[in-house]
Amino acid sequence: MDQLLWTIFFSPFISFVILFFIFKPFFGKMVRLSSFISIFAIGLSTLLSILILLDLSINQKVITFKPNEFLSVGNLNFGISLILDELTVVMLVVVTSISLLVQIFSIGYMSGDKGYIRYFAFLSLFTTAMLGLVLASNIIQLFIFWELVGLSSYLLIGFWHHKPSAVAAAKKAFIITRIGDFGLLLAILYLFVQKSEFASNSLNPIMIQDIIIAAKEGYLSDFVITIFALGIFTGAIGKSAQFPLHTWLPDAMEGPTPVSALIHAATMVAAGVFLVARFFPVFEASLIAMNTLIVVGGITALFAASIALAMNDIKKVLAYSTISQLGYMMLALGVGGLSAAIFHLFTHAFFKALLFLGAGSISHSTGTFDMNKMGGLRKIMPWTYITFIIGSLSLLGIFPLSGFWSKDEILSASWSSSGIIANIGFYLAFITVFITSFYMFRAIFLTFHGEFQGDISKGDLHESPKVMIIPLCILSVASIFIGFIVNPIISIAFIPSHWFSDFIGHTSGKAHVNIFTNWFVYGATLISFLAILLAYLIYISKNSLFIKVFDKFRFARQILINKYYFDYIYEEVIVKKIFLNGIAKGLNWFDTNIVDRVFGFIGWLSLNIGILLRQMQNGQLQTYGGILSLGIILIMIFFIFF
Amino acid sequence: MVFNGLISTTVFLPLVGSLIIAVLLKKNSHIFFFARLVTLLNLILSGWVLFAYKMSESSEKFKLIDRYENWIPFEFFKVEYYLGVDGFSAPLILLTGLLTAVAVFSSKNITYKVKQYFVCLLLLETAVMGVFSSLDLFLFFIFWELELIPMFFLIMVWGSGRKNYSAMKFLIFTLISGALILFGILILFATTKSFDMTMIPLLLQNKTLLIPMSFVFFIFFIAFAIKLPVWPLHTWLPDAHTDAPTAGSVMLAGVLIKMAGYGLIRICIGFFPESVSEYSLFIVILAVINVIYGAVITMRQTDMKRLIAFSSISHMGFVLLGIAAFSGSYEDKITGLVGASLQMFTHGTITGLLFLIIGYIYEKTHTRYIPHMGGLVHQMPRLSISLTIAGVAALGLPGTSGFISEIIIFIGAFPVFNFFTAIGVFGVVLTSGYILWMIQRIMYGPQLERFKNISDASIYEMIPVVILIISILFVGLYPSFITEIFKNGIISMIGK
Repeated sequence: MDQLLWTIFFSPFISFVILFFIFKPFFGKMVRLSSFISIFAIGLSTLLSILILLDLSINQKVITFKPNEFLSVGNLNFGISLILDELTVVMLVVVTSISLLVQIFSIGYMSGDKGYIRYFAFLSLFTTAMLGLVLASNIIQLFIFWELVGLSSYLLIGFWHHKPSAVAAAKKAFIITRIGDFGLLLAILYLFVQKSEFASNSLNPIMIQDIIIAAKEGYLSDFVITIFALGIFTGAIGKSAQFPLHTWLPDAMEGPTPVSALIHAATMVAAGVFLVARFFPVFEASLIAMNTLIVVGGITALFAASIALAMNDIKKVLAYSTISQLGYMMLALGVGGLSAAIFHLFTHAFFKALLFLGAGSISHSTGTFDMNKMGGLRKIMPWTYITFIIGSLSLLGIFPLSGFWSKDEILSASWSSSGIIANIGFYLAFITVFITSFYMFRAIFLTFHGEFQGDISKGDLHESPKVMIIPLCILSVASIFIGFIVNPIISIAFIPSHWFSDFIGHTSGKAHVNIFTNWFVYGATLISFLAILLAYLIYISKNSLFIKVFDKFRFARQILINKYYFDYIYEEVIVKKIFLNGIAKGLNWFDTNIVDRVFGFIGWLSLNIGILLRQMQNGQLQTYGGILSLGIILIMIFFIFF
Repeated sequence: MVFNGLISTTVFLPLVGSLIIAVLLKKNSHIFFFARLVTLLNLILSGWVLFAYKMSESSEKFKLIDRYENWIPFEFFKVEYYLGVDGFSAPLILLTGLLTAVAVFSSKNITYKVKQYFVCLLLLETAVMGVFSSLDLFLFFIFWELELIPMFFLIMVWGSGRKNYSAMKFLIFTLISGALILFGILILFATTKSFDMTMIPLLLQNKTLLIPMSFVFFIFFIAFAIKLPVWPLHTWLPDAHTDAPTAGSVMLAGVLIKMAGYGLIRICIGFFPESVSEYSLFIVILAVINVIYGAVITMRQTDMKRLIAFSSISHMGFVLLGIAAFSGSYEDKITGLVGASLQMFTHGTITGLLFLIIGYIYEKTHTRYIPHMGGLVHQMPRLSISLTIAGVAALGLPGTSGFISEIIIFIGAFPVFNFFTAIGVFGVVLTSGYILWMIQRIMYGPQLERFKNISDASIYEMIPVVILIISILFVGLYPSFITEIFKNGIISMIGK
């Protein structure tokens, strides 16, 4: 089993090494072959991941492997080792399968690009890092791959490095997530302050399982657990683009669209959710940490969805939608719904990747992401249209698509959870359903319905090639069925009922609530349809009454278009005004004009004292005689008067 | 008299080489060839020193000892010729060999006073290696002062900009540092009647000094603080770096300032462990100021070299942070000091690489002013990849050596000083800010008209770059190779 897992990890890594160090410098012409190598490698990983999932679902047990010594210095005793549990295996399947489909799609999307080999090399690097992250058994190893994921994201966002906006977005993504990583790193370091508590129970402070044991058994004080959990969550806020560190994700859309689908929708941004899930028992041990999850998740869900209402760039709509859905997952974790959160992560990966690839397919034809320059595409791109609708309905949570099952798990988890904060969380999530439905159908109506508004001739529009359509179709099938298949409410064939929830949440034996007895299942569907109707009235039938009312909210739209001025405050006010032109400029002035001048002054002083003293040695006997007499007189005065 | 010979050969081979260049060689091409040959040989020798140290079976603290007791045989002023290495100094000797070779191989466009140029570089190598391997305090001081002269001429003769001013500033600051060291050495000698660095810690244990122990500690601390440099004594470094030639900057950032870190650990911690513990709060505050102050000022720099120079100040703060962990438990001490020594090694390779790449870029574009640059990735894909790798190593990305040394320092220092270390850790965020911003402004963006005809680094020029990259990745991926050596040295120094 150990070797199988290492194969999953090393297969994309070897592909990266071959592409980047052999193909790129020496065989720059063999572009097709390079993408096949990459796809073969990731295909192998996918196959093995699914096999391991099947194996683990039959004999449920957590496996850790003997660590291989990596670094041992004083406090730090750190070996590389893997962990295989339910969470890991689910993430393995998500990461490898979405990577595989995205890479196949990329053959068409990136064809003819100058950096084709580099692109596939970086995708392989990303998959490697992501696999290393989910397989890590100790927190330092996890941090290493966490940072490498950030690096590959940086490289892929800035892939078209001739575009200044892309490079700026890449830098922004890296730095903002690094602010989150700062919190994560402090949490890791904080473990070493508690090393005696760990040592007295013969635990290693960096092993994830030991940390969980320490939290469960109460070896650590509540205060310590809360601090640690909040530090971990800070890292998750950065990576999962939660409020208030969300601003990098919309900008990250500057990268190639398949990258957005893979990294900034399905996998990397879900790493924050994964991280919290990994340390879930630690969070459970602290009420403050759990409530922070609810508050941040709930606010993010609503807040990001509201911005999505006003975006005109279809990828930005999807980006804010992703932030909002990640907020849902955090909220689910906060109310104790571990399996609900991971279930939503699982289904979301498929339908959001589908939507992003759909947007990529659209821009492949129209050459733009601006929805005001689209319209009427449903006749020209029927496959893209249908699959996009499927993805949207799944995102909205319409029965019986995948999103329905996972979103309802979240709603019922927060509904059944007690406490005022959990209740607020539920209503935030519920309202978000309405907004989500509205912005998705606004996007569909602007893109696919009405008349074409773009500036290229209509004849140039075309449906994308098969190599792009097939992944869309596979993802559509997944977006329809996978939610029901993995977590059915009744046993079907060999899949037991509520398999996924039992698998992840270890809830087997406990009674599952029949979700169809909850009012909000119907309520959510109802408001979804109301929102779709509203979008229809405004954007398709252009009902004058609704448009008039809609126009009344212009001031609100202004705020939304400016994303609540967060970018302005962060970049213009905090970074430029306060930091660069305030603190840094001041310190720089201080350094050149005060610190350096002081030494200059000391130099000047000693020089002048020297000049002064030199006067006394000018070689003239008269001066010497004068000074000599002066000295004698002074000594005499001294003796006479004292 | 004990004589192994390996370490003496390593230290004095460059000196002999420089004499041969000065006296025997006339043609420039011969000088180039010979200088490369000597540094290459010495690189192999310094690698051999590390290897021989690792293989040596002897249980002594110091190995490969070359010792001649009666070098200056006066009873009242007995100076020995005493060289040797331990786990702490052996990697630094390898670092010196590596960076000198890089410096010599990269200076292929020198046309002015070629002979003197290589004589200076080789002399510098002997001086620095002598500092790292001397076990006699007086010999240590001689090598410490010897380093000053060639570096002064490197800046003054082959530098650019305000080179006279910068060279003089470098000279004065280093002289003051040297004078303080001499003062400290003489006080120690007056008390212990010995220059033997292996004996002084023992002799000092039960002695009362002429003046308080902590005062002597501060004399040495200030001397090394000037050289490291520590705020507010750092102002010579940006000027010296900016105006030095590329090879000079590589040597200065790569090895010369490591002499100060070496002195701090070997002398301040080795001789005055109690004082270091006692004043560790003072040290950690200086460390944090260095890290943050350096990083913040780096943000405002518009000259490539000055930018990296200020980032060096920030990164040297981490060395100080690791040293400050000395007031913690035994485990914290080991962790902090191994981290600090590894940080010296990794900073040498990473910053050496950054200066090397920037030197290449400057040679081709004839500008170091960042706002005038941009889009160079189109003409210089090789240098662009190299700069990105060096940059991410500088900002401590896992997989590179920078990450390993920083995380070890943090793990050592955090349990001792939670609050200050946390501030220091934030330096990592600032570092990623200025590094990525620099790479963005130099390399990326649309192609500029005025750089249309410049070329990428040649294969020959890439050799030193690739060697440094390999060393950075090697330490990043297989750190225990070097941390085990450092750990041996540190443990034997501070005892079990």
